[in-house]
Amino acid sequence: MLRAFLVLVLCLGLLPVSAPMVSAQETVTDRSATGGAQTLEDILARQRGEEVAPRTGDAASAARDLSGQLGTLGGASDPDLWRALRYGSADITVSSGGEVASVLMQDGGMAWLEFREGPLAKYGGYLLLGTIALLLVFFVLRGRVKLDYEKTGRTVTRFKTMERAAHWLLAGSFILLGITGLLTLFGRMFIAPYISKDFNATLLLASKYIHNNVAWAFIVALFAVFVMWVWHNIPNRTDITWFAQAGGIVGSKHPPAKKFNGGQKIIFWSVILLGGSISLSGVSLLFPFELPMFMKTFDLMRSVGIESLPIYGPLPTALAPHEEMQYAQAWHAIVAFVLMAIIIAHIYIGSVGMEGAYDAMGTGEVDEAWAKQHHSLWLEELQKKGEAAPKDAPKNATPAE
Amino acid sequence: MKAMMMGFAAMIAISVGSYFVLQEMGFSADAVHSGDAVRLD
Repeated sequence: MLRAFLVLVLCLGLLPVSAPMVSAQETVTDRSATGGAQTLEDILARQRGEEVAPRTGDAASAARDLSGQLGTLGGASDPDLWRALRYGSADITVSSGGEVASVLMQDGGMAWLEFREGPLAKYGGYLLLGTIALLLVFFVLRGRVKLDYEKTGRTVTRFKTMERAAHWLLAGSFILLGITGLLTLFGRMFIAPYISKDFNATLLLASKYIHNNVAWAFIVALFAVFVMWVWHNIPNRTDITWFAQAGGIVGSKHPPAKKFNGGQKIIFWSVILLGGSISLSGVSLLFPFELPMFMKTFDLMRSVGIESLPIYGPLPTALAPHEEMQYAQAWHAIVAFVLMAIIIAHIYIGSVGMEGAYDAMGTGEVDEAWAKQHHSLWLEELQKKGEAAPKDAPKNATPAE
Repeated sequence: MKAMMMGFAAMIAISVGSYFVLQEMGFSADAVHSGDAVRLD
């Protein structure tokens, strides 16, 4: 009797386990409507805690034939629509934000962010620090470029007041833009974690106002400097001699030069071309999505046969509005880093690197000995015009009026 | 030094001037990228 009772209890205990297995086997008997994928019955069975047989057959190919609304595996789905949404070519209507807001998905953001926080910050930082280090080494090895001729006590006007004012307008705005630009890039990496996020946020807000508005002063100055000095910066034969003798900076020779020597012409054209490019990408960033430039640039490059770039790879054939901005920001920063490195070298040679160089932009007056050493052809022109004392004039003689 | 001060003064004048001109033009992000259907306040 006891044995019969135990058998009954055991059977009752096993009953709930064996029942779903039967049920699952029943649910997979007809999956033709889903091409082998699970059915509503399968889902309900799983919710009851029953086991459901795995998917059978080629569900994907079976689903292709389904066209009813809400068919399994998206039979009524429109892959063309999703693809268009994914790649920004769908006909989207938005209540605000215009064309830009109609791009629901664009994936250039992460690539841009990784580039900005990775190679851009890393190599840009190395470039600036490397330039400063090289100049320090150069200064230690070469020392200051001294004046080899005895000072005459007579000066000639190197730059007029308006020229110097335009230079300082350009210089002051560039330094402010450089510092605020660097804070914008590096603030989150080097200020927020070590000082405070609030301080960094305040600094970046101020940087944004300074950067966005001082930019116009830089553009005005760039234009003014270009107009004033372009004529003097057209390359000529004397530049070849100047470069051949390393401008007298290395060695003891004093190659002849007009108002601007070869090195200064490099600085001038770097400022104009790189500064111009920075200005264009900057204006594009100041008016987001209104002045896209990169697709036009890529189209222009393709039209002259440039299909790809080293490191970068093939040029893109379509850009979302946001990608235009990402390219503009990346380009803006890359070119700015290069120009900052050049300007650091310019500041060095115009201050501690060369005796008497600062006077040219400080007071505007340079000693004739300095002019003879660094710009002999220019001094001769002044002497011919009577704006400088003749070659054989005694010390402290005044130039002829 | 006088020329340097002139340059810096011009920089401040242009920067401050551009700030007000741009604000008048409706330069700010909320002026450009919002519509009646969007409340930013």
